[in-house]
Amino acid sequence: MSAAIPIMQGKRGLVMGVANNRSIAWGIAKAAADAGAEVALTYQGDALKKRVEPLAAQLGGLVAGHCDVTDPASMDAVFAAIKENWGGIDFLVHAIAFSDKDELTGRYLDTSEENFARTMQISCYSLTALTQRAEPLMDGGGSILTLTYYGAERVMPHYNVMGVAKAALEASVRYLSADLGPSGIRVNAISAGPIKTLAASGIGDFRYILKWNEYNAPLRRTVSIDEVGQSALYLLSDMGRAVTGEVHHVDAGYHVVGMKAVDAPDISVVKDE
Amino acid sequence: MSDSNIEERVKKIVVEHLGVEEEKVANDASFIDDLGADSLDTVELVMAFEEEFGVEIPDDAAETILTVGDAVRFLGKSTA
Repeated sequence: MSAAIPIMQGKRGLVMGVANNRSIAWGIAKAAADAGAEVALTYQGDALKKRVEPLAAQLGGLVAGHCDVTDPASMDAVFAAIKENWGGIDFLVHAIAFSDKDELTGRYLDTSEENFARTMQISCYSLTALTQRAEPLMDGGGSILTLTYYGAERVMPHYNVMGVAKAALEASVRYLSADLGPSGIRVNAISAGPIKTLAASGIGDFRYILKWNEYNAPLRRTVSIDEVGQSALYLLSDMGRAVTGEVHHVDAGYHVVGMKAVDAPDISVVKDE
Repeated sequence: MSDSNIEERVKKIVVEHLGVEEEKVANDASFIDDLGADSLDTVELVMAFEEEFGVEIPDDAAETILTVGDAVRFLGKSTA
């Protein structure tokens, strides 16, 4: 990574959704810390605790505790811990999603009511639930950032109910930005190109999706968590102070593409080429 | 690629990822039962193998990789 410019100096923020050092949230936390921010991380459950604690230590950051977005008391506890330690925050990063792996393949049509509701709660409503708790801690204004994917705008194979939830998440960004704009709190999303993370391991044919992006994105490559992190700095820092309600694509330009590139080889999902 | 080379690289990844001692990483050692891996570790190990060897390990194959030896055999076949 390039030597960071300290554009986040004096800022403190909570980054939720780090699972391990491949997580996009980790790319953002690292970029923010490199640019001078103080960062707090949460984890969900003991399996992730042992992964997140060493990462927080690496940043000299705070571990704000266990947070399960389906458990309001755990969300309250995290924000109480933040208030006690810091008094307030300048930014919040939401990188949380879930769906039953068995429904991230095959037809969207076959989604169950139970998994639809659970996917929406964890992947979409949680942004609103966390923003409710962050608002009182952002006295002097702030920046809230969530992560989405192009599957919210266009149909992607296997993305299914997650695409529907991400579409609702992007709409939430717009409504939250309108509610919080008068208080100087900005709400934006980064629509990142596909990256091989722990979460992505639940999505079928992921390697094919990565290859397809590499062959067809205008920049002819995929993106890294460090690149998403650096783009996030613009939205989290004062550089992006006039930007809110935005879905910013960090996807090597893939979102402008309408058809396979002429020079892209035909690739088959059936057998690895 | 020789099998001993694959075995060496697999064991190196396991030692680094699980933080276990090298002598414990025997061919018949089970990631979960003998080396203390949890279910996320097994996913992360598969991702690390994919990266190191430049291959794809599909989910149904990943489910059959339970020991160090399973990984060495699978990677030996798929990088041959």
